[in-house]
Amino acid sequence: MGVTVKALMKSPWVFHVSAGGCNGCDIEVLDCLTPRFDIERFGAVLVGSVRHADALLVTGAMNRKSAYRLKELYRQAAKPCLVIAIGACACGQGIFRGSYAMVQPLDELLPPGVVTAYIPGCPPKPEAMIAGLG
Amino acid sequence: MSNNTPPKTRSVIPIGPFHPLQEEPELFRLHVEGETVVDVDVEIGWNHRGIEKLAEDRTWDQVTFLIERICGICSTSHPIAYVQAVEDCCGGVDVPERALYIRTVIAELERLHSHLLWTGLAGHFLGYNTIFMWGWKYREPVLDICEELTGNRNHYAMIKPGGVRRDLDPSLFPSVHKRLDELKKQVELLIGAVTDDPVLHARLKGIGVLTKEDAIDYCALGPVSRASGVPADVRRNHPYAAYDRVDWDVITAEKGDVYDKTIVRLLECLESIKIIHQCLDNMPEGEIDAKIEEVPPGEGIGHGEAPRGETIHYVRSDGTNSPIRHKVRAPTYMNLPTCKATVIGESITDATIILAAIDPCYCCTERTAAIDAGSKKTIMTGKDLIRLSQEKTLRLRKELGL
Ligand code: SF4
Repeated sequence: MGVTVKALMKSPWVFHVSAGGCNGCDIEVLDCLTPRFDIERFGAVLVGSVRHADALLVTGAMNRKSAYRLKELYRQAAKPCLVIAIGACACGQGIFRGSYAMVQPLDELLPPGVVTAYIPGCPPKPEAMIAGLG
Repeated sequence: MSNNTPPKTRSVIPIGPFHPLQEEPELFRLHVEGETVVDVDVEIGWNHRGIEKLAEDRTWDQVTFLIERICGICSTSHPIAYVQAVEDCCGGVDVPERALYIRTVIAELERLHSHLLWTGLAGHFLGYNTIFMWGWKYREPVLDICEELTGNRNHYAMIKPGGVRRDLDPSLFPSVHKRLDELKKQVELLIGAVTDDPVLHARLKGIGVLTKEDAIDYCALGPVSRASGVPADVRRNHPYAAYDRVDWDVITAEKGDVYDKTIVRLLECLESIKIIHQCLDNMPEGEIDAKIEEVPPGEGIGHGEAPRGETIHYVRSDGTNSPIRHKVRAPTYMNLPTCKATVIGESITDATIILAAIDPCYCCTERTAAIDAGSKKTIMTGKDLIRLSQEKTLRLRKELGL
């Protein structure tokens, strides 16, 4: 996967999926677009359709309703597609671990090996996300 | 909805379901006939995390961290309401004055960044990306202040039953004052940008009107009700923390349209700045924690004014170290149904901003699709809706000769 990952990470087009988190992470993802952090400097663009995306930014702890939807989104994405887990929730269900509404952590839900990067934090700072994307 | 229209002419536009700006992402289904919205359905529960149940197997102190994570923006209002419920359950705890002031400072910083965030998103929906960028740029200093005072940009973990977890460092106050003064100028600039712009007047005035009667009937809360002339604000009506010790005004407007909701939120930013200044100046010395030893059996209710309205927490204790029941009522739950009163009869170009006016929704940007109710074929995506909205602004701008 080494070369592919490298090629994809040059100027990744990212699609943002929020799957049952608290939205702290989602706001920080959006924050990356705004003047202070501005990830478009690095060629990363948030796109409106998963079919255009090189990378999925996943936040949240995968609850019953959204887990199915996330799988579906991954299926629709053009491969190879990187999956980046953002926040404690996506990395390992975080504070919501053990809830009846949560199914599986992200990396167990998707085929093995597709989650390329984990950016921990609750929520991770935009600097951390930029470092993770690069 | 009447049944005598042929189904071909009625389309259903789902907006959502993921809606990360609230603890309950929801799915709006707009039923449209031609350009006019004739009905709206709301489906919630997409972001259900079972927090109330999870709270039942955490200790009283741990629940604060969990409750904080109901919502990344209201991450202080919920804990404040929760700890007040616990304190109520203990039969009224004497929370130290300094802790009350600290709670107020953090809660107002949160309101400040939440309102700026909303203004930015509203600007984006209207095709004013400048306002989006400005709003979010001006929000950064607020997050910096939060980070310096509490250690994190969101989820401050400052509140605990009986007081606050950490003290504020007085040596930071001068720089906080200075940055808030700068922010005040910037918010005034934003207010100027909204009030002086004839296109925004044309776009926002008179659409999505929530009358005073409707606001009362639907039990609207927070800025939504205040924009309709109902001065509902728990900070004033049932003061908690240090709100009765500082001087501030409840901002209200009369018409209840989207314009008024915007102005109410922006003016509230100025009030928040005023409150923070006063709290930092008058902060008493002393303890920050009342050190609650145990929670006796019983029940308690706490409330707080979140940026979006009143939030209520209810806890019941059986004398052990975790709640046996914890109930949360978030403000959006009450504000959502007002869409029935505001969005019906409006055109779909205005629907996004009207729905956003109770509270924003950026995720729907990517996830909206229009389905022709007859053929179930997708005819319009979320991007198209936003584009329609932005095109209308452009058209108006041309018509007004700008
Ligand atoms: S990791 Fe933390 S901030 Fe991010 S969605 Fe989960 S609870 Fe919210």
